[in-house]
Amino acid sequence: MGLIQWAISPWGRTVPIHIAWFLIWVCAIGGLTFMIVHALYVGIFARPKKFAVNDSPAVVAAIPERVPRHSLVARAFHWVMAISMFALLITAFLPKVGVKFDWVTYHWIAGLVLTASVLFHIVHASFFLDFWSIWPDKIDLRDAKRRMMRAFGKDAPPPDRFAKYPLENKFYHAVILLAGLAVIITGVFMMKRVNTGIFVRNPYLFGDMTWGMMYVLHGLAGVGLIALIMVHVYFGIRPEKLPITKSMIFGYMEKDFYLEEHDPQRWAVEGSSPSKEGPGLATGDD
Amino acid sequence: MAVIRDVMPAFDLLQPTSAADAQKLLEQHGEEAWVMAGGLDSFDWLKDRIKKPKVLVDLSGVDELKGVRSTSDGVEIGAMTTLTEIVNHPVIKAQYGILSEAAELVASPQIRNQGTLGGNVSQDVRCWYYREGWPCYRGGGNICYADTPVGRNREHAIFGANRCVAVHPADTVPALIALDAKFVLQTSKGQRVVDAEDYFLGPEIDITKINILQPGDLLTAIRLPSAWAGAKFYFEKVRDRNVWDFPLMNVASAMVMQGNTIDRIRLAVSAVAPRPMRLKDVEDAVKGKPADATTGEMAGNLAVKDAVPLQFNAYKIPLMRNLVKRSISGVEEAKWA
Repeated sequence: MGLIQWAISPWGRTVPIHIAWFLIWVCAIGGLTFMIVHALYVGIFARPKKFAVNDSPAVVAAIPERVPRHSLVARAFHWVMAISMFALLITAFLPKVGVKFDWVTYHWIAGLVLTASVLFHIVHASFFLDFWSIWPDKIDLRDAKRRMMRAFGKDAPPPDRFAKYPLENKFYHAVILLAGLAVIITGVFMMKRVNTGIFVRNPYLFGDMTWGMMYVLHGLAGVGLIALIMVHVYFGIRPEKLPITKSMIFGYMEKDFYLEEHDPQRWAVEGSSPSKEGPGLATGDD
Repeated sequence: MAVIRDVMPAFDLLQPTSAADAQKLLEQHGEEAWVMAGGLDSFDWLKDRIKKPKVLVDLSGVDELKGVRSTSDGVEIGAMTTLTEIVNHPVIKAQYGILSEAAELVASPQIRNQGTLGGNVSQDVRCWYYREGWPCYRGGGNICYADTPVGRNREHAIFGANRCVAVHPADTVPALIALDAKFVLQTSKGQRVVDAEDYFLGPEIDITKINILQPGDLLTAIRLPSAWAGAKFYFEKVRDRNVWDFPLMNVASAMVMQGNTIDRIRLAVSAVAPRPMRLKDVEDAVKGKPADATTGEMAGNLAVKDAVPLQFNAYKIPLMRNLVKRSISGVEEAKWA
């Protein structure tokens, strides 16, 4: 049982044509398994979180009751992307598991929406927000080691609270960025093979091998997104993460949650002390 | 037709003698089974070794699937009735002449002697890339070799090109759609009856299938309702050779006139899209109008409104426009202004 389906091209070459569709189920079951294992771990084995906290009363007093986290533009991007991603997954994989409908048109339209929203996000995050806030830094890696050691009962100093985004969030962003870019880039080329009214169809734009690799990459990233989205939704509805989810709806998080999970020195909000690592004060989405 | 290049692959040959047994066998073997009616399409696939079923269910011994029976509302034609029988059947000739005419234009006399109505309507699409076994979309791959700009697509679709651009070639289907025929399926859940046009699937729904038959389903009969018996019919097949050729296009219409105006009409074409097309918009547009050249011209223009030609088949647009016009106003009236 291979991960890729192969065929003989008209020129006698063995070429990949797409992924083996059982990978849909592998990823769905993988995502489900992760959720179950994580829920059991948090519920039964995990120790309470403990962070190094050393906030001065002045800093605490300067934190507003509602800490701005995501601007309206950033929230709009997130939900547009989310809707397009769900539309893409539904239109891509329901027909593969037996629910037949005219999916291609919906799929490429959703793909264009995703492409546009991601392009917007790249420009917005690169030039109008703090680009580096979503990428792991040295403190994240140091604290990851500390948290790991403490989880295994080893002696280690408590980690700092998170900056704007926890390390797991940053890793997730990096992985979904890779998967997302893979489906977008391959998907845009694949639009040359379907009726869109945008491109003139040309199935001979690339050779069979190149097309095959493109379909395989599109498929692998696509099934990977099944697991990634499942995990994302799971964390979005976990009780301890709900304040973060709510901030993606309302734009802010409560002061108590902010002080509990986030370090004002690493993610300074408007009216509080300046960040020791960022370029300046944040008003959300920096 | 693909080049026959090998002997058939090995398979278990099952020869049921009743429709119930045939359906049970198909259900039992699911996707591993291949249904064979007259064998004319089947043997192409099998001898070319493009299709390699594990089990072949030969329906030739199922007598109950053969013959034409009168019913309280028309006639019922067994799926295994040969095309020759349909051509010569007196009731069909008298009441449903359009089907008789369409069946007579299928291939050659020898093929019509062997070919069945069920097999004719269920035959696979025509596309030499697909039938050669290349890994195209319809064959389970990721490309349409026949598509623009360089694929050879003179005979292919001008409508409904959704990744696959092959066309459904059955000559009898437009006539059956025009007659408002009902297809009777025997499934694991019992009998199911569908309108003729709903029997076929386009690539937008399932690119590897041509009809709604699921593994285990069997087309047992086709019913012609009396509502269109004795109507004014028109059928025309255009092909490269006037003997033994697949259609470049078929058109069929059934009209009930009230005086000089069209009271009811059903109009269908095949070989223009991956599935046979009923032209509902055209039907609605010509109802209540005289069946003359003006109406025919309007109908022809409306019929091709959304046509999108491929690189080598733009000729199909004026061809279809003229055929639709002729199907309404007749050959004599079909000269264009």
